[in-house]
Amino acid sequence: MSGGLPMSNHPPVPLLDIKDLTVEFSTRRGIVRAVQNIDLQVAKGETVGIVGESGSGKSVTSFAVMRILDRAGRIAEGSVTFSGIDVRAADDSQMRDLRGREMSMIFQNPRAALNPIRKVGVQIEDVLRQHAQADSDAITSKAIEILDQVRIARPRERYHAYPFELSGGMCQRVVIALALACKPQLLIADEPTTGLDVTTQKTVMDLVTELTRERGMSTILITHDLGLAAVYCDRVVVMEKGHVVESAVSAAIFKAPAHPYTRKLMRATPRPGVGLRDLLPEEALPADEPLFRHARPCAGHPGLGNDTKDVDGRDKPGHDSEPLLVVEKLVKEYPRRGLTTSLSKLFQRGPAPEPDVFRAVDGISFTIARGESVGLVGESGCGKSTTSMMVMRLIDTTDGAIRFGGDDIGAIPAKEFATLPLRKRIQMVFQDPTDSLNPRFTAARAIADPILRLGDVRGRNAVRARCEELAAQVGLPVELLDRFPHQLSGGQKARVGIARAIALNPDLIILDEPTAALDVSVQAVVLNLLQDLKDTLGMSYLFVSHDLNVVRLLCDRVIVMQAGRIVEQGATGRVLFAPEAQYTRDLLAAIPHPPV
Amino acid sequence: MSEAALPKQGVHSSGLAATLKHARYIIGENPVTGFAFALFVLIVFAALLGPHIVPYDPLASNTAMALKPPSRAHWFGTDQLGRDVFSRVIAATRLDFIIAVFSVALVFLMGGLAGVAAGFFGGWTDRIVSRIADTIMAFPLFVLAMGIVAALGNTVQNIIIATAIVNFPLYARIARTEANVRREAGFVQAARLSGNGETRILLTQILPNIMPIMIVQMSLTMGYAILNAAGLSFIGLGVRPPDAEWGIMVAEGAAFMVSGEWWIAFFPGLVLMIAVFCFNLLGDGLRDIVDPQRRT
Repeated sequence: MSGGLPMSNHPPVPLLDIKDLTVEFSTRRGIVRAVQNIDLQVAKGETVGIVGESGSGKSVTSFAVMRILDRAGRIAEGSVTFSGIDVRAADDSQMRDLRGREMSMIFQNPRAALNPIRKVGVQIEDVLRQHAQADSDAITSKAIEILDQVRIARPRERYHAYPFELSGGMCQRVVIALALACKPQLLIADEPTTGLDVTTQKTVMDLVTELTRERGMSTILITHDLGLAAVYCDRVVVMEKGHVVESAVSAAIFKAPAHPYTRKLMRATPRPGVGLRDLLPEEALPADEPLFRHARPCAGHPGLGNDTKDVDGRDKPGHDSEPLLVVEKLVKEYPRRGLTTSLSKLFQRGPAPEPDVFRAVDGISFTIARGESVGLVGESGCGKSTTSMMVMRLIDTTDGAIRFGGDDIGAIPAKEFATLPLRKRIQMVFQDPTDSLNPRFTAARAIADPILRLGDVRGRNAVRARCEELAAQVGLPVELLDRFPHQLSGGQKARVGIARAIALNPDLIILDEPTAALDVSVQAVVLNLLQDLKDTLGMSYLFVSHDLNVVRLLCDRVIVMQAGRIVEQGATGRVLFAPEAQYTRDLLAAIPHPPV
Repeated sequence: MSEAALPKQGVHSSGLAATLKHARYIIGENPVTGFAFALFVLIVFAALLGPHIVPYDPLASNTAMALKPPSRAHWFGTDQLGRDVFSRVIAATRLDFIIAVFSVALVFLMGGLAGVAAGFFGGWTDRIVSRIADTIMAFPLFVLAMGIVAALGNTVQNIIIATAIVNFPLYARIARTEANVRREAGFVQAARLSGNGETRILLTQILPNIMPIMIVQMSLTMGYAILNAAGLSFIGLGVRPPDAEWGIMVAEGAAFMVSGEWWIAFFPGLVLMIAVFCFNLLGDGLRDIVDPQRRT
C-alpha cells in the first residue's frame, strides 16, 4: 500500500482530495481494478506529477476526478473531493459546470482534441459561451486575447486558422488556451507534450508553468517522463499497476527513491553519463553474459571498432573501401498544392505566396560504414523521415544519388525495388509497432513474410524453424508466435517488428524511432536488444530519432538535421558534448533531466 | 544466441478449433445471433434438401383440391391449381438461395475487388471505378434491375447479374474507403520491404483486413438480393410460372386476397420476410466472429 503523505507540508484543506479511490472496469474477463485504493492530495497552487508506465492507472485516476470514465468504468470505493464538492455524488449538471470552469484537462494528442472543421478562435468562443464568461460583443476580442496569452504569434490571423493549418506545438497551445479560457482552479495535463519535439515541449511546459503560477492554479501533470516530472513538479507520485508506490517532494524522490519500482524507472531513463547496459535493472544482469563484452561505458569512442569485415560473404569484393551507404546531394521536393495556398493568394490572407515546390530534403550528403550505427536527429518536419524513406526505397528521390554497396539504388524506382534481390539487404523497424503489424497476421506469419518473399528458406517446417530461431534471437517467447498483434504487449510487438527486419540478414537497418511508443523500461530492454543484435549480426544502423539521449546510447556518429539540411554531423561524443551548431545546443538544452 | 535453445512449447493451436470456440462464445453472448444462425442453417437445409422432403410435388396440380384453407393435410393450404403451398414455399428456398448467394458472390468479385483496387492504387483506377459507381447510382435501382432483366431476357442467370450490378456501387464504395485508409499503414510499408509487389499487398494485406466489413455487407445484401428477385418475379420479370419462387407466389396469391384466400400470398411472404430478417441479423453476428480484434 501507499505510504502516508507528508500532510504537515500542506494547508489543512487541499483543493483536490482523493481518498481510498478504487476504479473498476467490467470487461469480458470480469472486473478489472484499474486503480486500487489510492490517496492523493493537491494543494492550491501546487504542481503534482503522476508518473508511471502504461497501464499504471494514472490516466484513469484523472478521468475519475473529472468523472469522464467510459461506460464500463465506475468509481467503486473511496471519495474525490474538489474544493468541498463531492465529485462522486455530484449530479450531471453540477459536473458540467465544474468541468471547464473549475477543472480542465489537456489531452495527449492536441489535434484529436480540437474539432477539425471549426476555426480555433471559434472553438475558444464556444468554451467561453458555454460557461457564460463573456458577452457576445466582446467574445471575439476575448478569444484573440486568450490566443495572445498562450503566445500564439499574430493571434488576429490565427483566430481564423483551422487546426490542420497549425503545427503540433501550436495546436497544443490552442488546447491550453481552451483549457485555461475560464480560469479554472485545477488543470490536469495528461501527457501534454508526448509527440511534440523537445524544443516545443520546453516552450509548451514553460508556458503552462508560467500561466498556472500567474493565476495560482493547481496542476496535475501526468507523464511517463521522469525528467519532465522532475523539472516541472513540486511533488511526484509514482504509480504502478493501479497503486501509488511512492509519493514525495520531487527533489527528494530523485535523490533517494525509496521504492524498488521508482528505482527501476529511474534506472531505465536514458540520461547523460550512463551507458546502454546501465539502463537494465540490476537483477537482470547475468554475471558473464557474452553480450557484455561489447558494453561501452559511455558514448565517447565514436568511429572506433567498426567491423569492416564481410558479414557473410555476400558482399562484392572491391567495394570494401567504400562505405556501405553513400548519400550524395539528396533532394526531395513535393509540389505545393491545395485550396489554402490558392485561397491565401486570392485574399492575401495568411503567409505570403510561396514557391510551388517544397524541399523536404535539401541536398544532404552522408555515409554509413559497415557495422556502424549512425543517428539521424531532428525535430518533426526536418526531413529525417523523408530521408529514411528514400534510403529505404519506399519513395522516389527528386535529385541526388544513393549508393548502397556500390549500386546506385536511388536510380531504381521505388515500385520496382520492392521485388529486387537488393531489397533484402535494407530493412526497417517502424516507429509504431502496432501500426506496422497486419492485424490479421499472427506474429509468426508477420516474421515469415520477408522469408517467404525474398528468403531462400523453403518449406513450411523450415520457415517455421527460422521464425522460431528469430523469435529466440529477439527474446520473444516461442509460444507467442501464434498470437495476433492485439494479443501482444507493446514490447512484444516491437520484438516481432525487429525479428521481421533481421529475418533476411540485412546489411542496413533503418530504425525509425523504434522505441518512441514504448515505456521506458521496455525501451531500455529493446535498445539493449538492438545493440546485441548489431554485435552478433554485424549490421549497420541508421537510427532516426528526435531523442538525443537515446541516440547517444546506440550510435557511433550523429547527423543533426534542420529544415531539410544537415546542420552538424560528427562523432556522437563530440556532437553531444561539444556541439558546434546553435541548433544542436538548443536541442540539447531543451531536454529535461532528472537531477542526478 | 544463448536463448536459441528455448523449449519449443508453441503447440500450433488449430485455426479452425479457435474459430469455433470463438463463434460459440459470440453466440452465447448474443442469443439473437444464435437464433439467426439456427435460422440460417434451416434455410441452407431447406435449400439443399427441399424438393426431396416436401410432402407433395410442388408442381403437381390437383384441381379437385384447389383453394383449400390451411389444414392438417395442407399446412399452408392449397393454391388455385390445388398445389400444396407448404411444399412450394420449401421448394422455392433453393431458387431464392441460389439467386442470393450467386449475386452476392458476383457483386463481391466485381464491386469489392474494383473498390479495393480503386482505394489502394488511386489515380486512374480510382477515377474509372468511382465514375462507374456514380453512373449506376444515378438510376433508380429497382428500375435499373428491371431494365437489365427486360433487356437481357427473363432468366435466373440474368436476375443474378442484374442484382449484382445494382449493388455494385455499395460494394465499390465501402471497399474503396476501407482500402484507402490502409494504403499507407505501417504494415503495408513493411510488406513492401518484405518484397511484396503491389498486387500481392492488395490481395494478402489489404483485402483480408476489409473482409469483416465486407462479410457484414454480404449478409445484408443476401436479404436485399432475395427481395430484389422476389420483386422482379412479382412484376413478371424473372422466374416464370410454374416454377416455385416466393415473389411469384406472392404475386399469384395477391389476386385471391380479395376473395378471402389469404394463405396463398401470406405464407410465401412470411417466409420471405423471415429469410431477409435472418440475413440482416446474421450480419452483425458475423462481424463479431470474423474480426480478430474481438478474439481474446
